[in-house]
Amino acid sequence: MPSARLAVDIGGTFTDLALEHDGRLTTVKVLTTPSAPEQGVMTGVATILRQSGVAVGDIALVIHGTTLATNAVIERKGARTALITTEGFRDVLAMGNESRYDQYDLNIQLPEPLVPRHLRLPVAERLDNTGKVLTPLDEAGLRALIPILQREQVESIAIGFLHAFVNPVHERRAAALLAEALPDVPVSLSSDVSPEMREWERFSTTAANAYVQPMMARYLRRLESDLRAQGLVAPLFLMMSGGGLTTIETACRFPIRLVESGPAGGAIFSAFVARQCGLDNVLSFDMGGTTAKICLIDDGKPQTARTFEVARVGRFRKGSGLPLRIPVIEMVEIGAGGGSIAHVDAMGRIGVGPESAGADPGPACYCNGGTRPAVTDANLSLGRYDPTRFAGGTMRLDPAASHDALLAHVGARLGLPAEMAALGVVEMVDENMANAARVHAIESGKTHDNRTLIAFGGGGPVHGCRVAEKIGIRRVLIPSGAGVGSAIGFLRAPVAYEVVRSLYQRFSSFDVAGVNGLLNAMRDEAAASVSLGSFGAPVTETRIAYMRYVGQGHEIPVPLPARDLIEADVGLIRAAYDREYTRFYDRPVPGSDVEIMSYAVVVTTVVSDAAPMPTAPTGGADATPVERRPVRDTVTGAVSDWAIFDRSALSGGARIVGPAIVAEDETSTLIGPGWTASLNGLGYIEMVRESV
Amino acid sequence: MSNETNALAQIHRQIMWNRLIAVVEEQAQIMIRTAFSTTVREAGDLSAGIFDLHGRMIAQAVTGTPGHVNSMAESVGHFLKKFPTTVMRPGDHYITNDPWLGTGHLHDLTVVTPAFHDGQIVGLLANTAHVIDIGGLGMGPDGRSVFEEGMYIPIVRCFEQGKPNETFFDFIRAGSRLPVELEGDIYSLCACNDAAVHRLSEMMGEFEMTSLDPLAQFIFDSSRRATLAEIAKIPRGSFDNEIFSDGYDEPVRLSARMTILEDAIEVDFTGTSGLSPRGINVPPAYCRAYSCFGIKCVVAPEVPNNWASLEPFRMKIPEGCILNAPHPYPVSVRHVTGHLLPDLMMGCLHQVVPDRVTAEGSSSLWNPPLKGGSSVSGQARGNRPVVGDFEIITFNSGGTGARPGSDGLNATAFPSGVRTMPVEATENVAPIIIWRKELKPDSGGAGHTRGGTGQIMEIATKGDLEYAVNASFDRIAHAPKGREGGLEGGNGVVTLKTGKKLRAKGFQVIPDGDRLILELPGGGGMGDPTTRDPAMVALDVRDGLVSVENARTLYKVAVTAEGVVDSVATTTLRG
Repeated sequence: MPSARLAVDIGGTFTDLALEHDGRLTTVKVLTTPSAPEQGVMTGVATILRQSGVAVGDIALVIHGTTLATNAVIERKGARTALITTEGFRDVLAMGNESRYDQYDLNIQLPEPLVPRHLRLPVAERLDNTGKVLTPLDEAGLRALIPILQREQVESIAIGFLHAFVNPVHERRAAALLAEALPDVPVSLSSDVSPEMREWERFSTTAANAYVQPMMARYLRRLESDLRAQGLVAPLFLMMSGGGLTTIETACRFPIRLVESGPAGGAIFSAFVARQCGLDNVLSFDMGGTTAKICLIDDGKPQTARTFEVARVGRFRKGSGLPLRIPVIEMVEIGAGGGSIAHVDAMGRIGVGPESAGADPGPACYCNGGTRPAVTDANLSLGRYDPTRFAGGTMRLDPAASHDALLAHVGARLGLPAEMAALGVVEMVDENMANAARVHAIESGKTHDNRTLIAFGGGGPVHGCRVAEKIGIRRVLIPSGAGVGSAIGFLRAPVAYEVVRSLYQRFSSFDVAGVNGLLNAMRDEAAASVSLGSFGAPVTETRIAYMRYVGQGHEIPVPLPARDLIEADVGLIRAAYDREYTRFYDRPVPGSDVEIMSYAVVVTTVVSDAAPMPTAPTGGADATPVERRPVRDTVTGAVSDWAIFDRSALSGGARIVGPAIVAEDETSTLIGPGWTASLNGLGYIEMVRESV
Repeated sequence: MSNETNALAQIHRQIMWNRLIAVVEEQAQIMIRTAFSTTVREAGDLSAGIFDLHGRMIAQAVTGTPGHVNSMAESVGHFLKKFPTTVMRPGDHYITNDPWLGTGHLHDLTVVTPAFHDGQIVGLLANTAHVIDIGGLGMGPDGRSVFEEGMYIPIVRCFEQGKPNETFFDFIRAGSRLPVELEGDIYSLCACNDAAVHRLSEMMGEFEMTSLDPLAQFIFDSSRRATLAEIAKIPRGSFDNEIFSDGYDEPVRLSARMTILEDAIEVDFTGTSGLSPRGINVPPAYCRAYSCFGIKCVVAPEVPNNWASLEPFRMKIPEGCILNAPHPYPVSVRHVTGHLLPDLMMGCLHQVVPDRVTAEGSSSLWNPPLKGGSSVSGQARGNRPVVGDFEIITFNSGGTGARPGSDGLNATAFPSGVRTMPVEATENVAPIIIWRKELKPDSGGAGHTRGGTGQIMEIATKGDLEYAVNASFDRIAHAPKGREGGLEGGNGVVTLKTGKKLRAKGFQVIPDGDRLILELPGGGGMGDPTTRDPAMVALDVRDGLVSVENARTLYKVAVTAEGVVDSVATTTLRG
């Protein structure tokens, strides 16, 4: 009986694969083939089968995540899309919230809508906020749009009517009329894709779904048939931005739910490591070449949200992208990676990123044409990398090039030697990441007290210690397999589906029967989606209400029992709201009515929990370094000989007292002064900061 | 080695500056998350900053809106005059909404909190937020003195060593239509300062600081140097400009003479109209705030806001003019006038750095306070129904002025930094139907680059029943001007659907069966429209933002409604 599970993560540069079989894990990295991504996947599959010795017939499940949908939106390579919308509201996509994301930049550019104005086509119809028809759908007017859609060679259609999330009757009728005339053009309804209040977010999400839908559907079908041609019979699942898996059928209908699945995989990887190691409060820190991603993980679960911005034009600035209202794992992404370029601003301050040297030309030390100093140059200049061992020795770094770039672009302007400029660059990027983590905790109503930082990605293990110090975190964990964390995360994800619906309710007039009807319909929809891929595995259901005091701006999630509500529940839910509110905001507001804006129902398969961590041998001797090398400490600025260890040569229980560096092929783990490291029972590096 | 020590000290000062900005950013984020007023939480009408013991602002949160930012910078000094640092204790919080000691109208609360570290007072945290209700007439221009406009809070201690001043809160609760929200907002403002005090102390511990002064001096020196370097790039001279606001019942002239000196930019507002009997007057701090913002956007946008970076911009505002309103003149909607000041400043700067300024924009927000039910129509009687009671305000923006290298922004707030609310959300909190809210064709001023287009709104109640608007609109009689040969943007229009014109300002009723139509202004154009790339004109025509007729008459481009350019005819038109 086949039992191997294969995960495939297509990123911008690399396609990562992870194969789990008989308790073993094989990982492979191949280059992404952007014009036909399935080719890179097929190369990777062949490679990983060869390396692992697993037969294609032994694969029981394939899990796939891809940035294709995100890239199509960023690069504007999606379908020619029209939006049919309520008369009087043609410009919802363009007007957004009528604000600028930067107060002082007169030359600010706002993101262009995915659908240009001449393809945003109004039709007379109107509902009120309760779903009552104020103006019937003008069917003749809608039919009159068909020749325009044909003449403009529209490839995909979004329909977004005001208040359609309350009553989809007009959207459905319009879709039916269009389907008669244009049977080959796919249609996305706002009442299906993102049935929630707030027209800008809903229409934007629906337009984005329509925009990527034809391309994603074609790609997924091609990939499926290529895999089948190789003799693979296992079902294919897609990783969603919310952290669950779904079937290819659902993915083809709602491809917008696939954006950012790679980073979601990284967060699931972190969450799995947290559960393995019994850590209740974790800060996941994934630092790559261009960005760092930060995610809070409490009780083994990544924090989730319902909104997300894609394709930010303002260099990672909040508010500069297109809003998507879909279930997502909540992450902060900042322009701080190994390739982030350092500069000096008008005030003589060192700044790092968000501009990135990327992989091409890359940092100056790659000697590939890059002349400006990147974070990797600064790390090299401080002595943190062995220039002969970078990327497993496949790439030789040139410290002299780093030195020159740091001196020319940072040191000379501030009167600093290159090595001190390097120190400034590294301190500043660490400071930026720590600040982002602090603000994110505040936005989430949480703190960093007693958290463990789980660091991965190429840069995470290098910067983890110092970022933790700056946040006030005293424990850092570096799991193994950190280089392909997202793909490994895919293997740990459940088959899941989340349905969100708005139904405005006040507590003073709570309609128990109405809410039960809605929640049960939502459960049926979610369960139907999950049953396509769960093969009878046990599932659990979670119900959440998004509630706020009447008139307040932000809702907070309150769990509901996963069963029919009875009258007696109403008071309990209200009490639960007050408790949650107090947890977020310190005190409830007496005498205010509470309103419920929307509900979420999640149906998910039960993931077999992480096996308890084997105990590491205790009392292990201090590990033996392979060499000693001069490294500059960023806190004191002093240079001293640090012990360098080889991760593959470390044995369980081995103890290392910082300062030290543990080198491996994909990255280096830096153990700062004042930190002590050891390998835990799973072979992960665990660092603890001594009391100061 | 001492070189290395110096180098390390320099880097640490930079890191500390960065951290200080992070501390005040956390302060602002906590406020956004915990405030009750939608003006703070949804619209972002707030600011937060840290000050030294002389009341000089050291750092300010990136999040925030310009009117608050710069006037809050002045406010802390007033607190110190009444409550010197020697009487301040840990856990104290001080508050005011005095328009002349804070940010210009009673709806803005400013809270100042002393920061202690190791038992010593080391600095002050301050923040400002726009609350939803402060009693009185409510937001609108109709008050004839500040006493009618709402509850007046002089600078008082609202918390003493962590304990709420219950007498103060009794007054506050009694004086507002929304006592729970107002009290909650004050707690939130104090709590976010507390959090910043705590974080500041942690930071000072981590960096082994005993005083903020050396860091403040470093920040001031770097910022002043950077600001002066930017000012030095502007040629010297004096430049005059004037613009007109519609005023309440007569036009208001705003005049400025800007003098660029070697180390400062001075603005003299002599020639500006006198005071108005209605609430469109501007207290001087608010005038300085928006004038300074307008100059800074052009001259030194990258330099962070603090005492030293704002100090080189100096304003001379004559007594008795509408930009220097004394107590107790009414000032509730001072933003309607004040938001025009960046346009006034850029008109001066245009004469010396024409490639760095924008054309005039819609600028003043169009925020109609709407109200219906028994307070407007009395009780329902006989067969005459009355709409359910409601009071609501929505934020809406016209177009911004064309930029030298790109078109103005369509329906986007500038200089204000606020955001609008979704129509679906608005219709869920009040019995109104917004029948139309979309861009207004041909309202963007024609130019080489086009002004941003305005928008049209059509607003009714459910069932088209009677309701009222407290109008405070501008740029109706005085459309935003273009520059460099660019044409005016479309002027604003306020009418009933049945055609009757309404006044730009003041309380007016929309009768049964009728609807309110708001046409928001478009931004002015920049440069000669007949030099605009015909392909760009064609895109605007295809998108319906510019009519075929305007393309022909203003841009001299012959183009079909589908956006197909007739190049031969265009060449002929353009001569």
